[in-house]
Amino acid sequence: MGFIWMVIAPVVIYFLVTGAIHNISSTGTKDINKPIPWIIIITIFTPIAIGLMIFGFYALKGEYDKLPESSEELT
Amino acid sequence: MIYGTKKLNCTNILAKQHYRIVGFKNIVSSLSIVFYMINENSSKGIGKVIFSSSLGTLIEWYDFYIFGMLAKTISAQFFPEGNETASLLSTLAIFAAGFLVRPFGALVFGRLGDLIGRKYTFLLTLVLMGGSTFLIGLVPSYKAIGIAAPLLVLLLRLVQGLALGGEYGGAATYVAEHAPPHRRGYFTAWIQTTATLGLFVALGVIMAVKGSMSDAAFTSEWGGWRYPFWISILLVGVSIYIRLKMQESPVFAKLKAEKKTSINPLKESFGHKANFKMVLLALFGAVMGQGVIWYTGQFYAQSFLENTVKLEFMQNREILLWAIGLATPFFLVFGALSDKIGRKWIMLTGMLLGVICYRPIFNELLKSADAKAWLNKNEGMRYVNIEGQKNPSVKYDTVKRNNETLVITHVKGVWQLSDGIKFTETYADTGALVNNGNAKTYYGDQSGFLWVSKDKKPVYSDKVLTTGLKWKFIGLVWIMIIFVTMVYGPVAAFLVELFPTKIRYTSMSLPYHIGNGVFGGLVPFIATLLSATFTTDPLVGLWYPIGVAALCFVIGALYLNNKIDKEVND
Repeated sequence: MGFIWMVIAPVVIYFLVTGAIHNISSTGTKDINKPIPWIIIITIFTPIAIGLMIFGFYALKGEYDKLPESSEELT
Repeated sequence: MIYGTKKLNCTNILAKQHYRIVGFKNIVSSLSIVFYMINENSSKGIGKVIFSSSLGTLIEWYDFYIFGMLAKTISAQFFPEGNETASLLSTLAIFAAGFLVRPFGALVFGRLGDLIGRKYTFLLTLVLMGGSTFLIGLVPSYKAIGIAAPLLVLLLRLVQGLALGGEYGGAATYVAEHAPPHRRGYFTAWIQTTATLGLFVALGVIMAVKGSMSDAAFTSEWGGWRYPFWISILLVGVSIYIRLKMQESPVFAKLKAEKKTSINPLKESFGHKANFKMVLLALFGAVMGQGVIWYTGQFYAQSFLENTVKLEFMQNREILLWAIGLATPFFLVFGALSDKIGRKWIMLTGMLLGVICYRPIFNELLKSADAKAWLNKNEGMRYVNIEGQKNPSVKYDTVKRNNETLVITHVKGVWQLSDGIKFTETYADTGALVNNGNAKTYYGDQSGFLWVSKDKKPVYSDKVLTTGLKWKFIGLVWIMIIFVTMVYGPVAAFLVELFPTKIRYTSMSLPYHIGNGVFGGLVPFIATLLSATFTTDPLVGLWYPIGVAALCFVIGALYLNNKIDKEVND
């Protein structure tokens, strides 16, 4: 399943970028036609998507098969 | 049972005085429950800890919510007049911006909380939140000071977001580090109620203020909409006084005495793979879904009832107040249940129920208030327009330009069914251009008057439901808030148990505020964008929270552990 989480992340970014390209228009009056909301959303979701890819990578390697039992394992 | 139906003997739903009383009774009833239940625990000492932590957090939520709830009024006051939607979205953008800085607040104050302690850190967040809220209420309008007005509001809103980002992690950690292991879920669930009770109090205060004056007085430049902001300074003052008397968390105090606190909490939280791995798991397996379920149940539902179903303002708020009031005790129920059966499956069940039920519930809300269906029944219906006539009210305006005159026709009426359902029917304005004595009706842009419309479809708004229908709506919203209590009740204990004491504040705050602030906070924004793109489906905005919750459910089901960590002192 880790591979799926890794794939979802770039797919989300791809849809956001293509959505922005299709909707941003200087003649449009709606908010989706303005660049600012898209810039904000893509900027926020990009690091989160990278985090999801890293999560997927860890999951693929089986790092979540056994979760830590105590705090010593985390620090 | 304090929430008995006799408390809401609402015979005249348009009586503003009555609303004011109901609003106050709801607040008083809710606070009675809180004080009673806290008092029950006082003998064990934990009651005081819960009360002082919860009160401050509740006030912070109140401060944060009133801005969003008064978005339309704030939009009119602080943003250039023109396109109403653009103005509303500008405010929504500020709303989102407030949420987006929450993760930064989590980092800044989380680090501080792990370095100097929980007590002084969440005291500081309270001061910042209270101060910025009060100042928003003092900013002159755009008409008075121009562009400085929206800039100041934006700045203060960002400070609010920053403060909120630091508050929750501190309060949850503080209570959890005082709680006995077998009741950690129950005690931290008190902190979880504050986000909902803050909404409850904010709604109650706004309804009370709005009900005590005319709409014009409420929305004027220095009108009633500012009062909820000013009230904040009193609430914060009381809370600061209480928090100053609190002691540091015993677990953190011990760590500090032993000089075992973290030197660099940010590095240890996110730079060490073992801990970072758990931060990612907390985000994608729990709080991402929790955030969207929470927002959809509490905020999107209200926005949907107001903007899509088009319920009358006060009745919309009353529905939410009742639903929240009746659902809030379930935070404690699910928090306590999580002490018995574990946190994981309660949270994931809440997400799954949201994924399955959102579209049917929202569809039922839409269908049940379909004015066209009411009109088609027609029997027992009479027309009661403003002048008491049987026909729609027709009014004319004239606009002159050069030697042309445009006569604008406004058609509006109020329908009322014999059982009490009431709504306003408004037709799009039409224009007749009179030139050299000849009159011709134009639509669209032909006359050069851009707003003239050919759209003959009426808009039905200000719908007032019958008592029975209103309770059906309360029930449907209540169900959605029950989903919220399932995902949100156990989450504080879950997060606290996931991370070690010395970096707990930092480690749990960031995923919590990304989940709630970014994923949850963007629900209204993305729903608006989706609705503007796919105009044929009024429920299209729901696909965002449904998709995120579904993804989170699968990740959580696969990787989360249901085991309760008894030891949080390490």
